This record gives sequence, C-alpha cells and structure tokens, in this order.
Amino acid sequence: MTRVLDVRDLRVSFPAPGGGRFHPVDGVSFSLERGETLALVGESGCGKSLTSLALLRLVPPPGRVDPGSTIRLGDTDVLALEGEALRRIRGRRIGMIFQDPMTSLNPVFTVGDQIAEGVRAHLPVSKADARERARALLQEVGIPDPAERLGAYPHQLSGGMRQRVMIAIALSAEPDILVADEPTTALDVTVQAQILEVLDELRRRRGMAVLLITHDLGIVAGRADRVAVMYAGQIVEEAPTGELFAHPSHPYTQGLFASVPRITGPVQRLTPIGGTVPPPTAWPAGCRFRPRCPQAFEKSELPPELLPVGPEHRMRCWLAEGRR
Amino acid sequence: MTPLLQVRDLVKHYTAGGLFGGSARPVRAVDGVSFEVGHGETLALVGESGCGKSSVGRTILRLQEPTSGAAVFEGIDVFGLDRLTLRRLRRRMQIIFQDPYSSLNPRMTVGAAVAEGIEIHQLARGPEVGRRVAALLREVGLDPGYARRYPHEFSGGQRQRVGIARALAVEPSFIVCDEPVSALDVSVQAQVLNLLADLQRDRGLSYLFIAHDLAVVRQIAQRVAVMYLGRIVEAGPTEALLATPRHPYTVALLSAVPEPDPVRRRSRIVLAGDLPSPSNPPPGCPFHTRCFHPARNERCRTEVPVLRPVGATTVACHYAESTPAAQEVAGAGA
Repeated sequence: MTRVLDVRDLRVSFPAPGGGRFHPVDGVSFSLERGETLALVGESGCGKSLTSLALLRLVPPPGRVDPGSTIRLGDTDVLALEGEALRRIRGRRIGMIFQDPMTSLNPVFTVGDQIAEGVRAHLPVSKADARERARALLQEVGIPDPAERLGAYPHQLSGGMRQRVMIAIALSAEPDILVADEPTTALDVTVQAQILEVLDELRRRRGMAVLLITHDLGIVAGRADRVAVMYAGQIVEEAPTGELFAHPSHPYTQGLFASVPRITGPVQRLTPIGGTVPPPTAWPAGCRFRPRCPQAFEKSELPPELLPVGPEHRMRCWLAEGRR
Repeated sequence: MTPLLQVRDLVKHYTAGGLFGGSARPVRAVDGVSFEVGHGETLALVGESGCGKSSVGRTILRLQEPTSGAAVFEGIDVFGLDRLTLRRLRRRMQIIFQDPYSSLNPRMTVGAAVAEGIEIHQLARGPEVGRRVAALLREVGLDPGYARRYPHEFSGGQRQRVGIARALAVEPSFIVCDEPVSALDVSVQAQVLNLLADLQRDRGLSYLFIAHDLAVVRQIAQRVAVMYLGRIVEAGPTEALLATPRHPYTVALLSAVPEPDPVRRRSRIVLAGDLPSPSNPPPGCPFHTRCFHPARNERCRTEVPVLRPVGATTVACHYAESTPAAQEVAGAGA
C-alpha cells in the first residue's frame, strides 16, 4: 500500500465575532492509500467540506489552517507551499469536484475548451493533443458522442452530463487523489447511480484515491472502503465500511442510522437525534455530542480521544473503555 | 365514501415565448394525470426532476392554472372557482415547500407569519389570535416564545416547523407537501417526518406528498404514484409497489436507491441516457428510449400504454406481466 495523503491534527479557524478564533475543523486526522475510497460523512456544519478545502489550501479568508496542522501529499508538505508550487498541487496532485457543476463550469466556453485548458495548465502538450485528450476524457467518463460534445456549452448539457464534464476536468491533469464533495447530492437517484459508477470505475482503472464527502450513508455503503464520521469539527468514529455498518458504536453514528428511512425491512417510526447541531462558535465542553446524547454519563464532561473499539475501529467516546 | 380529492386527466403545459417569440413547443409538464386521495390518507407522488410532480401539486391548489382536466375537492369543482371562492378553498387546502425560508417573509416575525392566515380567514380575533399561534407553535414542537423571532434566527428544521404551523393555522383537511424534507439533514428529516405522521393521526389530515426519495415515501405514504415525463406510469399500495414493481422505470428507480447496508447487496440498474425533454417527449411509451424490458418492441415506440391493473398495482406498460426484477436485469449485464 502506498500512502498518498496524510492529514494530522488539522485545525481550521475563523475570527470569532467577540474576539479570539473558533474552530469549525478541530483536530482532524486521516490518511488515504492509493486506490482507496475514504468517505467523510456528516451533517451540515460538521466541518467535512472545510476539511476538503483545506487539503488544497482553499479555505476562504479570514479563515486559516492553524499552525500545528500537517497535510502531507506523499513527500510534499502542502502547508509549506507557496505560489507556483501550490498551484501545481491543485489539479495535478489533487483533483476536486463539487456538488453543483453549473457554478464550477464557465458558461461562455465550450466543455472541450475547459477540459483542454485543464490539460494544458499541467501537462506540456500541444493544443491539438490537448483537444484529443479532452475527447478521450469525455469518453472515459461515459459521455456519448464525445467528439461532438467537445463543442457543447454547459447549459446544453443535463445535470448528470455536467457532473461528468467536471470529473473529466478534474482528471485532466491525472491527479493521484480525487476529492468529491457531495458529487451527487444535486442529482436524481438514477443519475446519481450513473455518476457513482463512473467514479468507481475510474478509481479501479487509474488506481486513484478518492475522498468522498457526503451526508448520505446509503452512498457510502456501496462505495467506500473506509468511513470517518464527523460531528462538530471532529472525527467521532472511523472504521472499515463493513465494520462501521455492522457495529456502529458512537452514539451519534447510531443516531444517524436510526434516523434514516429504509427501503427494505419493517417500517418503524424513526428515532431522530434530539436537539440540533451546535454552531462552531459554541462547541460544548467535554464530549461535543453530550448535550444530545442519550448515553451520556459523568465522564462525558471530559473531552474523549479516539479510542479503539475493534480492529481498525475507533470512536471518540468514553464508552469505548468499557468495551475493551 | 367519496375520496377527499379526485383529480381527472390533469394537463399542464407551459408555453415558451415572450421575449424571444412564442413559436417553441409547449413543455408538457403534466400530461393527463388522474388520482384520488382519501380522507386521512397520504398519497405520494414520486419521480425525478422534471417529471411534473410539483406542477401537479401547484395546479391542484390553483397556484398555477391547469391547461385542462378536473379536480374535485370536498365536493367542489376546484378549477371552476372564481377568485373569491378560491380563497375559501385555500382554507381547506394548504401547501408546505422544500425551502420554507423562501416562503417566509424575512421581515415578518414567525408569530405574524403564522397569525396571517388566521386573520385573513377571520378564524379568531384579539388575544385569541396570539393564543392560537402559541398553541400551533407548541404543536409543531417549537417554543411559543419563538413567535417574536425572525425566520433567519432559525435552523432549516425549525423553519420547516414554522412552515407547517403556518399551513395548520387555517385548519386545513388537506396539505400538499412538496419535497418537505429534501433539504434537511437526516436527523432533522426524521424529526419532521415523525411530526407530519403525528399531525396526520391527531388531525385526520390528508397529504399529497411530493418526493423523489422512495425510502422517505415508504415511511409516510400508504399509496404511491410514480411519475415519468408528465404521466403516472405506476400506482398502488406502497408496500406492494415496492415489493413487486411492474413498470420498468419503477424497477430502475427502486434499484437506484442507495441503501445504508453493505451486506444486503442490491442489484442496481444503471439506466442508459438522459431523461428526454418534456417539450419533445418520445412517441409511444414515454420510457421506451431508456427501457430495458426484454419484450420491448415496435409497439412501445408507437402506442402509448394506458394504466391498467396488473397484480396489486396499476401499470402503464404493454408488457407489465413479464417485467423482470432488478436482479435479473443487473445479472444479465444491462
């Protein structure tokens, strides 16, 4: 196994209205191996998208990645990069696709121009070769009549086709890692199935590592090798996918599973998690899930570390101590 | 007992035009839809973007005018009403939207938003209005003290509760729920689904529940109608329709639902191609361009299939009797 990405103790902060700084991402660590899909799962405001932006140093100011955080891409220290060196990382080493392809595509250029631009920005090829690569990429992401579609403008394509174009652009510089931030959330389920299929196929064929950021446990079940569940700026549980789904252990993860309506099995009344996610300006002291947790106990007033609950399975909850 | 709402052959076409001339083909958003909703029942209208499901909901409430067809609600011909009687009808039929934020006035307190309907329809006056608002907020799980706050102070889930309280304020018997939980996080979605179920039980409400998520629909609806390109292609009791779908589109839609269970590996059918344009729907069966049914043939390309009972559901497919299950199709490498 080749480790392509290593993130240690990532903290992202913003200035707080009343002075000081608050941390929407607060001590996140994970790594990615070549050819592997890691899913970062959580609800709105858990910090999953900011985590992915930090990987490319795209945290919007006045936000910043705090000192003491580490992001290593192979041998490269991403947080030490400046200017041209940083630009080469974006796209060339890590490609990225977002939820809404329409806002990421330029409406006044053809998709062929936009993909070829990505190719030429990173690889020393002629315009004609870049165009041919663009055609091949469109074919690879499953767009019918790719040669013809090179001349299409984004608005002439369906949502699913646009997302395929975004994937083609992300692949244009042959990155080692693809970050997919809610790539199918804006798409219909049948289109979602198509896009996830494309991503999986590419990962297999190119040996790319995929960081899949999603709120949907259903997507994770079929696609990811490992899962990290985020809550209130931290990873609260991580495990291989099969293990996590068989033995969800953190009370928050258990709450998520109990909230999801199922398409098979008996129909039961859903058991929602009580209360709401706290804002990042007011993370609770101790365990951050404590105010909503049905299993909170005295020790929850202390902040838990990620503790082992099984093979390659850890959770940020003191209940883990009783399980060992 | 007559159903609460009967819709017959509803058609809604949008004509392009205006600024750049009006010679374009009309968009056939709803193309002959019929259904009934019983007292205290939830009918789900399911389909993907552009299938016409939201247009159905809005047309029934006359938020948009129908092109043709009929709707009878509590014995009243909805499409024949003038503006004045329409207002009385709106007391009985309400709607909640996917994004309650866009339907709440940002400069009106939520108390005033909930009170508005009570005042317009003169259901109470004076201090009684405030008491009713407080009771409604409590009923939807909000602190009555929130009445003085503004929409921006609330989370998405709380805003949806405000939207529900506002709909309930005029004491309707029927609510169109247009993707009411699609924009919410799963833990909040569960809270709102439970709330809708409780309100139905306590108040005997009927819902037309418009959604794209079959798992959500299964949680709340007794019956389902699946729409594709402006038509209902299959309808029936929820469990029967999900257990043995007979229309190939229902089979594909169901197989695409991502299930949070890696052990139970379900067979996914990845449909070929894109949804055809509703301004230029294919002739014959609207689904024939993407169909995987082994029996599909020339007839599907020329003859529009009518809804007919097959097994426990009604299906618009010429070959519904022999529709393959998802695992047979996926196994065959389709």
